[in-house]
Amino acid sequence: MLYLEMNNIKKSFGDLQVLKDISLQVREGEVISIIGPSGSGKSTLLRIATMLETLDYGTISYLGEEAVSLYDGESVYAKPKKLKEIKKNFGLVFQNFNLFPHYTVLKNITDAPISVQKRNKKEVMKEAKELLDKMGLSDKADYYPCQLSGGQQQRVAIARALALKPKVLFFDEPTSALDPELTGEVLKVIKSLAEQKMTMVIVTHEMSFARNISDRVIFMDKGVIAVEGSPEEVFNSSNERMQEFLGKLNHE
Amino acid sequence: MSFEVMLEQLTSGMLKSMLIFFLTLIFSLPLGMVMCFGRMSKNKIISGITGFIISILRGTPLMLQLMVVYFFPYYLFGWSIGGWRYPAIIVGFSINYAAYFAEIYRSGIEAIPKGQHEASQILLYSKPQEFFKITLPQVIKIILPAMTNEIITLVKDTSLAFSISYIELFNMAQQIAAANTTMIPFVVAAIFYYVFNLLVSVVMRCFEKKLSYYS
Repeated sequence: MLYLEMNNIKKSFGDLQVLKDISLQVREGEVISIIGPSGSGKSTLLRIATMLETLDYGTISYLGEEAVSLYDGESVYAKPKKLKEIKKNFGLVFQNFNLFPHYTVLKNITDAPISVQKRNKKEVMKEAKELLDKMGLSDKADYYPCQLSGGQQQRVAIARALALKPKVLFFDEPTSALDPELTGEVLKVIKSLAEQKMTMVIVTHEMSFARNISDRVIFMDKGVIAVEGSPEEVFNSSNERMQEFLGKLNHE
Repeated sequence: MSFEVMLEQLTSGMLKSMLIFFLTLIFSLPLGMVMCFGRMSKNKIISGITGFIISILRGTPLMLQLMVVYFFPYYLFGWSIGGWRYPAIIVGFSINYAAYFAEIYRSGIEAIPKGQHEASQILLYSKPQEFFKITLPQVIKIILPAMTNEIITLVKDTSLAFSISYIELFNMAQQIAAANTTMIPFVVAAIFYYVFNLLVSVVMRCFEKKLSYYS
């Protein structure tokens, strides 16, 4: 089943065309990594998929429900009520975590399920504790985000996203703000999610990680998908830009 | 005049000043929030008008504004303003302070990182939920020092009520001083203002401490 289908996405900021006709399909249980140089449009694509940014043209649907559809050649967003329903299908983990600083770790995780989804408080608490356990943070429930390392904060952010039980989880450069050691602990968590067949779309600069856990890798360059395929296909591609990108990376 | 009598009279003046202070706070704190929303509105007309009102309120003397509020019903409509003095003081102070508070609120709201809003959006908080649960608690912490400043100023500004002949602490001190040719009432008044402000800053520091559980 197609969990996410984006077709012919176009987006400009002023005169700058950031996305030029991009299409992306995500199937149930699939892990997709989006790689590419800065300014290639990866994050914008993710922000459009999660509706933090509006698109200029194209269509988006989650599990067959149309969030953006075409009417007379124009892209139209669904009515707010329907859009809200559709938004329940996905979660997003930010580069800068964006935890709520005035809430404890536990409250960061439980507040949205309790006050937004109106779920049973006891049940949510129990699940949150299980999530923290999985993240290796069971002793940090009563800490405030400022008392945690970046890696711990990001793991809380992942738990917060998972607590809403999304069908698709997006990651926007989840380790870019972390040092190599902390990066490792976050990647480990994402990897275990992949093993549990969580559907994920990950924008990342961690090449070996992308190669290891992805079912499919997308290399974006200048607003288009330059190469797409299995990790092997993409990393061994003869595409010039891809080679250049990886070459520069290896030099670093 | 004995010192006891003077002290008694000055204390009654102090109570009047304090009442102006508290009533002004009660009305201007929420009114400032309304002005702040107007100022930050995406509607250009609303934000333009509110911005203009705030600039007038901040750009002209409070004393003048008190006079305008006090006298305008008479000059505009010919109404008698007999019982209007006290309400006029509260209205004048409240709208003036609301303008300052509005700008302080705005500074706090704009200091909240955009990521907080985006996280709230992704987690599907409704707009009111986002404002009351996520934004406001963080804003309060940010603006507390600026608010303390403004509130301390208000304590001293209550003396401006004398401009429309209301007998509060300062006016009382002046009258006693003139009648008895002594500076003592001014000294006492100064001590009263100072002690009250000391209390205000202690209370505000308590709030700050309470909110310092996170950084």
